[in-house]
Amino acid sequence: AFFWLVSLLFSSLFWFMARTITDNKDGPIQKYLLILGVLVSVLIQEMFRFVYYKLLKKASEGLKTINPDETAPSMRLLAYVSGLGFGIMSGVFAFVNTLSDSLGPGTVGIHGDSPQFFLNSAFMTLVIILLHVFWGIIFFDGCEKKKWSSLLVVLLTHLLVSALTFISPHYGINLVSTYLIMVLMGIWAFFVAGGSCRSLKLCLLCQDKDFLLFNQRS
Amino acid sequence: MEAGIQQRPGLVLSPRCPVAQPRGPLGGVMGRAGLPGKLAGTARSARRCQKLFQALLPPWLPGAAAGRTLRLGQHRGAGGASQGRAMLTFMASDSEEEVCDERTSLMSAESPPPRCCQEARQGLEDRESAAQWRSQDSEEDLDEDADRYMCSGVPGQPSGLEEELTLKYGAKHVIMLFVPVTLCMVVVVATIKSVRFYTEKNGQLIYTPFTEDTPSVGQRLLNSVLNTLIMISVIVAMTIFLVVLYKYRCYKFIHGWLIMSSLMLLFLFTYIYLGEVLKTYNVAMDYPTLFLTVWNFGAVGMVCIHWKGPLVLQQAYLIMISALMALVFIKYLPEWSAWVILGAISVYDLVAVLCPKGPLRMLVETAQERNEPIFPALIYSSAMVWTVGMAKLDPSSQGALQLPYDPEMEDSYDSFGEPSYPEVFEPPLPGYPGDELEEEEERGVKLGLGDFIFYSVLVGKAAATGSGDWNTTLACFVAILIGLCLTLLLLAVFKKALPALPISITFGLIFYFSTDNLVRPFMDTLASHQLYI
Repeated sequence: AFFWLVSLLFSSLFWFMARTITDNKDGPIQKYLLILGVLVSVLIQEMFRFVYYKLLKKASEGLKTINPDETAPSMRLLAYVSGLGFGIMSGVFAFVNTLSDSLGPGTVGIHGDSPQFFLNSAFMTLVIILLHVFWGIIFFDGCEKKKWSSLLVVLLTHLLVSALTFISPHYGINLVSTYLIMVLMGIWAFFVAGGSCRSLKLCLLCQDKDFLLFNQRS
Repeated sequence: MEAGIQQRPGLVLSPRCPVAQPRGPLGGVMGRAGLPGKLAGTARSARRCQKLFQALLPPWLPGAAAGRTLRLGQHRGAGGASQGRAMLTFMASDSEEEVCDERTSLMSAESPPPRCCQEARQGLEDRESAAQWRSQDSEEDLDEDADRYMCSGVPGQPSGLEEELTLKYGAKHVIMLFVPVTLCMVVVVATIKSVRFYTEKNGQLIYTPFTEDTPSVGQRLLNSVLNTLIMISVIVAMTIFLVVLYKYRCYKFIHGWLIMSSLMLLFLFTYIYLGEVLKTYNVAMDYPTLFLTVWNFGAVGMVCIHWKGPLVLQQAYLIMISALMALVFIKYLPEWSAWVILGAISVYDLVAVLCPKGPLRMLVETAQERNEPIFPALIYSSAMVWTVGMAKLDPSSQGALQLPYDPEMEDSYDSFGEPSYPEVFEPPLPGYPGDELEEEEERGVKLGLGDFIFYSVLVGKAAATGSGDWNTTLACFVAILIGLCLTLLLLAVFKKALPALPISITFGLIFYFSTDNLVRPFMDTLASHQLYI
């Protein structure tokens, strides 16, 4: 979460500087700057994810040398947690102000905007959080196995999702495609994390010995 | 020496029974300990704390607490009279700042080495290796000084094992600190956001006499700097007074003052807080009910904090009084002064704890020499009660309780050919007596209440003045928690007393100003266009 925050800081710095350079003129240039800011921000986020991975790796190795007996948390768990941290921070930052505004008096869409503003924000935030979790898992796994294609795919899908939000008032396309991407990412992350169809079946049918409900069935 | 020798088995045993101890230490410990253990542990640490604190704290501490209340009282007398509030007449004491000082320290439970073993490394963060932290006295009002100590007492151990042991204090301790700090901040932010009273400007404390309603920016800056200088000098004076009093063993005075200050806090501030909350939600409450509620709350609080009580209840009370004190600060410190004061307090904390002649360091060292405990009323202890598993220890090693600090231990260590560590603090190993049922050592983390207060002040100010932006508040919150983690990590690395405030406050300030000015416009624009990054 902290790393995401720092990445956000850097990207806002970039955007702010770009804005002051262009002297805050109104008009299309602001929109372009915003788009540029968004894309740069995505790049910085992924970069920080990589930095975080490196840091965890180093710390994990250091810990292993000091204390060989203790089992350090597995990299998969760390991947999940890092994705979750990124996702929560990102979701919260995107949404909490909207949420607090939604409590106040007002009418949605009075100036001609869509009345489903809040709904869309909510769903988008949800999907972003889940996507960050999946991206984290895939990203770390790609780093572990040195499969740089995974990293590239994560980066590209992140850019794609952000770019999809540019077509903002057309919520339908936006949401549906983002959810589709999320489902794909989820399936990929599931297989990356070691799941398989068989284990999924075992889990769902409560036949998995390690799973909680096993004893209840039998 | 005998005590030291008796200590030896304990020390030697610890490597031999690492398995028993680390394995589910808390679960096993808690299961066996139960409440009496907790109470005993609390009582024992309380005794230790109390002695140390009584030694450490000068009378101004209670006076500080009282003084703090006095400030409020005076203020209320002056500005509040117009609001029809009662005039409070208390003795002014500058000890408030000192109290503030004393209270800010991160304290570790004095844990003998086996306790290091005991804590299985948990958590996901590898960085979270917290060593033993030594408890430092901190009084409620002594937020700044004592509370900011984080020291790791390192019992003599073979260095490699010690490394392992100290690093085995994993994320569990960090989480044990995160939860209360988070709770305190949540209470403060919730109150700030909902109760108007604490964001209204109703005057200032006498310690910040310069107003900030000046026409020019330069004047305002100058005034805030002057306010800070006055505040910090008062704090320094109080701390030195405290050290002097401790050296001259004016324990009764300190104790009485402490009790008075917590009385004030528990009854008066709670009454005011309750009144404001009821006003905000337009709930009618008659005076008898109010009296009953406040009386019960305060009485139970006094018992829990100063005497014995369930650990959870004591923790809850400490969190509540920290929140109340933080709210007072947030209300009565003008904006720019608050930020400058926060920065200055961190610097002072750093200086006072790390410099050889720093008052807080001398305080802690004197307390250690006298082998006195830290007063529990001013330190949040997230103790996990641990029943001694060292059955092989001779019960007569109860003498270890009176073991003086460093000299003997180091002698004993040297006599066994063990390297004696150049530790500033050697924790007493009182927990080692072989009496399993009675002797329960607290293996938790102790954080001074002043740390709580200043963290909450930072986050509360961010919530109050950050143009109502939740992002700023959250950013400060995360920054403070990360600073706390880093401080704990440094403690594990350096194994000596470290102040708990500087890193967190620095991060918090950086993130506050940068989020407020840079991130907020960016996020607002993104949110309004519904773009997601």
